[in-house]
Amino acid sequence: MPNYRINKTEYIDETKRVSFKYDGKTYFGYEGDTLASALLANGIHLVGRSFKYHRPRGIVSCGAEEPNAICQIGSKKDLTEPNVRATELELYEGLEASSQNCWPNVKFDIGGINNFISPLIPAGFYYKTFMWPKSFWKKVYEPLIRLSAGLGKSPTEPDPDIYDHKHVHYDVLVIGGGVSGIIAAKMAAKNNLKTLLVDDKKILGGSTIYQNNENIKIDDKLSSEWLKNEIQEIKKLSNLTIKTRTSIAAYHGYNFLLAKENLTDHLPEEKKKNKIRQRLWKIRAKKVVISTGSIERPLVFNNNDRPGILLSNSINKYLDYYGVTCGENIILFTNNDSAYETSISLHKKGIKNLIIDLRKSASSELIKQAESLGIKIYFNHVVTNTFGYRKINSLEIMKLSEDGNTTVGDKIKLSCDCLGMSGGWTPMVHMHTQSGGKLDFRDDDQVFLPKENSEDQISVGSCNGDFDLENIIDKTVNKINKFLYINNQDYKDTKIICSKENDKRNIWLLPNKIPLGKTKCFIDFQNDSTAKDIKLALKEGFRSIEHVKRYTTTGMATDQGKLSNMHALGIIADTAGVKMGSLGTTTFRPPFTPLTFGTLVGRNVGKFFEVVRKTSMHEWHVENNAEFENVGQWKRPWYYPKNGENMHDAVQRESKAARDSAGILDASTLGKIDIQGTDASEFLNRVYTNAWSKLAIGKCRYGLMLNEDGMVYDDGVTTRISENHYLMTTTTGGASNVLSKLEDYLQTEWPELDVYLTSVTDHYSTASICGPNSKKILNKLFPNLDLSDENFPHMSFKEDKLKNINCRIMRISFTGELSYEINIESKYGHSLWKMCLEAGKEFNLTPYGTETMHLLRAEKGFIIVGQDTDGTMTPSDLQMDWIVSKKKYDFIGKRSLYRSDTIREDRKQLVGLLTDDPKEILEEGAQIVSDVKSKPIDMLGHVTSSYFSPNLNKSIALAVVRSGKTMKGQKLIIPMENKNINVTVSDTIFLDKENKRLNA
Amino acid sequence: MFLINCPFCGERDQSEFSSGGEAHIVRPKQPTELSDDEWAEYLFMRKNIKGIQFERWNHVHGCRKWFNVVRDTSNDKILSVYKMGEKPPVNYK
Repeated sequence: MPNYRINKTEYIDETKRVSFKYDGKTYFGYEGDTLASALLANGIHLVGRSFKYHRPRGIVSCGAEEPNAICQIGSKKDLTEPNVRATELELYEGLEASSQNCWPNVKFDIGGINNFISPLIPAGFYYKTFMWPKSFWKKVYEPLIRLSAGLGKSPTEPDPDIYDHKHVHYDVLVIGGGVSGIIAAKMAAKNNLKTLLVDDKKILGGSTIYQNNENIKIDDKLSSEWLKNEIQEIKKLSNLTIKTRTSIAAYHGYNFLLAKENLTDHLPEEKKKNKIRQRLWKIRAKKVVISTGSIERPLVFNNNDRPGILLSNSINKYLDYYGVTCGENIILFTNNDSAYETSISLHKKGIKNLIIDLRKSASSELIKQAESLGIKIYFNHVVTNTFGYRKINSLEIMKLSEDGNTTVGDKIKLSCDCLGMSGGWTPMVHMHTQSGGKLDFRDDDQVFLPKENSEDQISVGSCNGDFDLENIIDKTVNKINKFLYINNQDYKDTKIICSKENDKRNIWLLPNKIPLGKTKCFIDFQNDSTAKDIKLALKEGFRSIEHVKRYTTTGMATDQGKLSNMHALGIIADTAGVKMGSLGTTTFRPPFTPLTFGTLVGRNVGKFFEVVRKTSMHEWHVENNAEFENVGQWKRPWYYPKNGENMHDAVQRESKAARDSAGILDASTLGKIDIQGTDASEFLNRVYTNAWSKLAIGKCRYGLMLNEDGMVYDDGVTTRISENHYLMTTTTGGASNVLSKLEDYLQTEWPELDVYLTSVTDHYSTASICGPNSKKILNKLFPNLDLSDENFPHMSFKEDKLKNINCRIMRISFTGELSYEINIESKYGHSLWKMCLEAGKEFNLTPYGTETMHLLRAEKGFIIVGQDTDGTMTPSDLQMDWIVSKKKYDFIGKRSLYRSDTIREDRKQLVGLLTDDPKEILEEGAQIVSDVKSKPIDMLGHVTSSYFSPNLNKSIALAVVRSGKTMKGQKLIIPMENKNINVTVSDTIFLDKENKRLNA
Repeated sequence: MFLINCPFCGERDQSEFSSGGEAHIVRPKQPTELSDDEWAEYLFMRKNIKGIQFERWNHVHGCRKWFNVVRDTSNDKILSVYKMGEKPPVNYK
């Protein structure tokens, strides 16, 4: 097996061998390796197939920007993870990784045929091709596209890992632990500011930590040596927290940032167990220093995507940090000085290399050094093609014309096994723009830079466009002193020597004799978009960068175009003849690198996903096999199946029992608002549509609450407990919104009213007993209470004691039956429930759930707000004009009731529906029409409630229908998938119109 | 994520609050005397300014109090908070 590990470094521990599997084969690396460096040490460049053309692709970079080396980790259904960047994944014993987007394997991939038919798949191919015939979409195109789309495989079972959240507050947050970040953190912490420094890598130091060039020195030491000392220094600072393996995912307003800390991803399987995998830090920082550095740019030339073509600086890091050379015969292709550092490093380790430089000439310390070492340099040359299918083996170069627009002279063919490219550097302005900062364009080296720094956020170092070390350190120190209002003198005498780059030349799309249509000049490696695609998009009329991005999918893959966006912009600018700065950039959206859902939800999974509210009777419901329904956050019994009943049978039995003898409902979840104050009556007058001033003490009244737009918002019964004391009930789901709304009016519109609102929903439990025998049951429970209609009529309230415990008893009814609601302090709710059942035993007192409650009230035509209404129904639409006071001068929503739109006669109005076949039960939500033949079919309304009534022995339904009020007796049609159901419009009250049962 | 200085509780995370839209829209004292257009003006029309905007916020998961906020919608900076019934600060227009 070849071994490309040629250099000893302090970051690789050669005493600790680590074995891992890649595509099923076992390899070895060392502790300190990433998966990428270990693969390269084994001579493996080919790590994937490209998304669209399935071209072989190799490792390109050494960091978060990696477009190609993304792999699937593990194979377990619950733990496998796709799209992991091999360049960031630290190697651990037992790691299993595989390449993605290839079948049957990365070396022989069937999809590779796409490469040969690529002229047939231009930008927008899918949009253009799969348009017709229309019928093909569902059965042919969509399944086909889905089969070939997507990178990697998602886990198919719940994530068993533990994730954590942590909230922290700091004076200063420093993002990125390179030279400038370390200086900023040290200055802040030494000046008594509580500081947090985060870095996504395992160790601090950025790219300077492996910089060993004699031309770059600080205080007479190699820059890397100097920086190591600084890191030792800052580790001693008590004010400074350092978090490595931690990357900022999002920078929100008000310096609120999310950071992901990796805790176990680098550990072997057995050590991961029972540990927190990742922690999401929620950081509030008074000031934020952004020192995220910059990313090297690729160059855009024909076949620039072959395995073995890397970024030049990455070759340097693999060599000087991981001890791995990416080849034995390396060519570096550059337009700037940084590739010379790589070249010199390679040369020192005995690796043959030469340089192709776009620039006509260049002079700096580094270039002189390379020349004096005898490194061959081709100035004013350009790579025009590369060769080698699974790995580069040679390339062609040509001379550039004076203006750089064409090539001249003869081709020179050079052999190589690795090509390093450097198209300059792109400052990582993601954090700056996420925080709301604007960008400026610097023509000199064609970079977007932070435009201004705000009071609480600053960019320093190369993410601010400062590239040489002297500039970086001097500017960082000055800016940090001003930014933090401190006067730190630690770096006053720091002596910096570094090579200064004097010459620049940038060409976004490198010239070629071959027409563009026949070249493969890749811009976005992961999404396979080429320079040709960008030009095609422009030709087809796309102008905005955001549109070009989406049409060509440039910058839309998991790497979010970290390597490609600038080139796309550059080529658009050149082609359209506009200035790049005026184009602007696409939006930098969080997260910076992909986050797993587990990290975002943290501990809020399973039973902690959502708050669950249970009544004090809940245990009884569980013991008695209730099926539950979620209403708001409440768990409400839905129905109580007995002896293997299905829902329909259970509901029919419960409904019949309630009307024939007695039923009991847990009504504890209804919202309850305690209203007190000398203006309580006036307040109710203003919030309900009906009048309240004359409600006698001890009486109850049903009220309808509107929004200011006149639409029904909530309803419920309110009881006058004493002169200035009411108890309001609301719908279960609407309780908190109603309280907020009432508070809003009280605090903002009517602050003069003496009214106090308190939510008491949780304080009282409620058992509602209804049916002809309910009075007898009440009598057993409250033998001293006079239950006669004279003393305790419908819509009234009494207080009595149940075994010395106070109860509030309301005689109110939502079922149309004689009915009592017993309220008791919640801690006695469970006992109350059991006592009621005990007392009701001889009367077959039957517990019923929400479904039966809905059925019973529908028989009576009582609405449920939110089921029969949807925010567009006025009281009149509901045929409830009787509840709207004509006398009251004002109440919430009154004026809206006679707006031109609300008095229209063809509004949708609530009606009853009876099916011609009484056994046919309509589907709630079903559309209603009068004529199925007209085209388009005129939709008149829809079914809102539908049940089979056991008490009437027929199907009943409520519906909203256009002009429904005038349609009683008319025939309508409910068109279903395979039949039309005939119905007749009826009254909304189906049972006991005379309300005889209330006093039965 | 805003940090909102509730006039009753102090600085709290935005997640504790709910927004109530534009401030200083007074509910007409005599709605019945308004034309449809005048009522619609009160009911529906909101400024939605890019720049300095006066807003109502409710500390819904806190003291439950409503209060006013002056916010620059172009950069989300909250410039001032003041209680219901208080006059808006004169230096913002």
